[in-house]
Amino acid sequence: MNFNLSEEQNQIRDSIARFVQENYAFDQRNAVVAQEHGFSEEHWQQFAQLGWLSIPFAEEHDGFGGGPVDTMVLMQEFGRGLVAEPYLATVLLFGGLLQAGADETLKSAYIPRIIAGELQGAFAYLERQSRYVITDIATSARNNGGEWVLNGEKTVVLNGGAAEKLIVAARTSGKQADESGITLFLVDASSAGLERTTYRMTDGQEAANISLDNVTAEAIIGSEGEGYAVMTPVVDAARLAVCANALGAMESLNAQTLDYCKTREQFGVPIGSFQALQHRMVDTFAACENVKSLLYRAVCAAQDSEADAQRSLLALKVMVGRAGKLIGGEAIQLHGGMGMTEELSVGFYVKRLMIINTLFGDADYHQQLFADLVNAPAAKSAAAKSEAA
Amino acid sequence: MHTRLSEEDLAFQSEVRAFLNEAWTKELAATCNNRATMKEGLVEWQRRLYKQGWMAPHWPVEHGGTDWSVTQSFIYNLERASAGAPEAIPFGVTMVASVIIAYGNDEQKARFLPRILKSEDWWCQGYSEPGAGSDLASLKTRAELEGDEYVINGSKIWTTYAQYADWIFCLVRTDSSGRKQEGITFLLIDMNTPGVTVRPIDTIDGFHHLNEVHFDNVRVPVANRIGEEGKGWTYAKSLLVHERLSIAEVADSKRALAQLREEARQEVNGGTSLLQDPLFAKRLTDIEIDLMALEFTELRALASIAEGKEPGPESSLLKLQGTEIQQAIQELRMDVAAYYSGTLQGELSAEALGHDYADSAQKSYFRGRASSIYGGSNEVQKNITAKYVLGL
Repeated sequence: MNFNLSEEQNQIRDSIARFVQENYAFDQRNAVVAQEHGFSEEHWQQFAQLGWLSIPFAEEHDGFGGGPVDTMVLMQEFGRGLVAEPYLATVLLFGGLLQAGADETLKSAYIPRIIAGELQGAFAYLERQSRYVITDIATSARNNGGEWVLNGEKTVVLNGGAAEKLIVAARTSGKQADESGITLFLVDASSAGLERTTYRMTDGQEAANISLDNVTAEAIIGSEGEGYAVMTPVVDAARLAVCANALGAMESLNAQTLDYCKTREQFGVPIGSFQALQHRMVDTFAACENVKSLLYRAVCAAQDSEADAQRSLLALKVMVGRAGKLIGGEAIQLHGGMGMTEELSVGFYVKRLMIINTLFGDADYHQQLFADLVNAPAAKSAAAKSEAA
Repeated sequence: MHTRLSEEDLAFQSEVRAFLNEAWTKELAATCNNRATMKEGLVEWQRRLYKQGWMAPHWPVEHGGTDWSVTQSFIYNLERASAGAPEAIPFGVTMVASVIIAYGNDEQKARFLPRILKSEDWWCQGYSEPGAGSDLASLKTRAELEGDEYVINGSKIWTTYAQYADWIFCLVRTDSSGRKQEGITFLLIDMNTPGVTVRPIDTIDGFHHLNEVHFDNVRVPVANRIGEEGKGWTYAKSLLVHERLSIAEVADSKRALAQLREEARQEVNGGTSLLQDPLFAKRLTDIEIDLMALEFTELRALASIAEGKEPGPESSLLKLQGTEIQQAIQELRMDVAAYYSGTLQGELSAEALGHDYADSAQKSYFRGRASSIYGGSNEVQKNITAKYVLGL
């Protein structure tokens, strides 16, 4: 048992920390987010050169062959600086799905292009009615003489504006929220019949609604009707990654608030000398440590495929949602009027944490899944086993 | 970064399970859980631990400790708690022994440690006073040196199990001229010395565990002083570090929570198990998620210690969060027991009432209120974290 990073992981962490230090000061970040798709192409090329885009991919496709701990380290450091580049959408979701479900030809065609920084992608799975249930898919795909034709509308597709290729989850059989009958398709974003409406999220990133009107898919990812099995581990890995991202943001935000409490003076003394504020800072510190503990737990369990993995992941996502609101809310309150302004980055961190809460389902949604898992009679022995682990 | 157990650790885990299976019997559990026979039950349990060589795992080997790794200690504690076996009463083996080992002389070590190991002496802790609670350093119990004896006058309060104790370790004031933390001396006092009286304090859980201890011209040999006169505060503070890691009681809370879940599963409201009630499930899982986090906060601290480093800042939260979780479990268990949490013990037996856990739910709820008060109240813990960890 240990919670230390390997030498390689420390190097990744240090190099990202340096990148953030040099490129993500307050004004620099504002300039990045103001660019066309909400990120810097120049940074993306730098990521490619530094090898960061290769981290989760298998070595046979020019990847680094990294595991959950590597992704955690990277996403946590990105979170500290509120790095805006679409690592989640292109590398972890789009790339992750290719890696998990695509055939060899597709993998060798596209994964090296992602790693080289040449290809932006996105995963289009949400729909207006689906809220947090990722199996609630009305978009349909029908086989038309060997070609798959898609119809429907996808919403909140992260990086959907910049993406050259999309992976679209569509229904090929079954009822609207069934796990079976979902199929994943590779779709070129410039296909005839595909229209996208882009917009910004509060954290600055670009998302798109995408309507599909008799759009012909480029390829199928995995087997027909089996998309859910491909999506699930990829979305779980992405959950872990956004939680690591949240931890970095929380640590940075807590540090800023603490610093402000030590320097801002009222009534002739630093406001951090007041006990009412001290106890609130202890609460936010505790919330951050809880997130870190559950993140380590979930990452270790994911890495070793332990029985505890699903339970830990769900618990983590709940904690990240709740802690994010606490830490964000206190950061604004303790900064006083300054916390309300766009002259400090406080609000940007708060918005990022609010967005992360909603990604892949919010705290309440995950707590319901958690309760179903641990309270089910059948889960008794499994839970008891993981208790003992 | 990983949490895998080594082959050696897995073998150790089997050894612990085998021992608990044999030594922690149903009969012994019943003796310990009956308040009238609790003391003899606990002493018997501790003697079984002693025979196994596990009474004082954290002591240096030369005094009778084990050379368990931090992971092994964690495994032992987890298995012990899952089996429902209690920890050894901490006042002797954990608290005073740590001070004797670190600061006592050879004669004191030879005199007291073997008797603690064999559970021949029962110890209690004389820190708090009527006027010194969270502000412990303002204690006033006087010790005047007369020849080779100290003469003690004053009172200690909230003394757990003083009624059973053979010895009490006390912080007493030998000098009141300087800062209040100076002039405090650490003394070991035989409870049978003339002038020592114990008065019970009735508590809301209906169980006699707390006492006042009065000292009226009690004469204590200088040989019973630990270390130097006036350095007692330093010695006592070092002990608090030991206390902080064990006080979270993560393993015990895991067991209590698992038990609570099964009790709730049995409770039926209008034909549906309480476990299916979404509001109940929300409260139960809130606690479980906090506990899962705390378990790893503890592991992170243990991993640091295993590498010979000081535990990180997160360890300051263990007492605070551990006791909050304990109390949350106790409170929810009261709600599970419904009306039966309010029936007065002794009127009808718990079995006759039909909810046999309700009586223990009530007792542990009321008793558990103390955990956020003792060992430095949780508000004081927050002050300490704010000052020493956050630098406020």
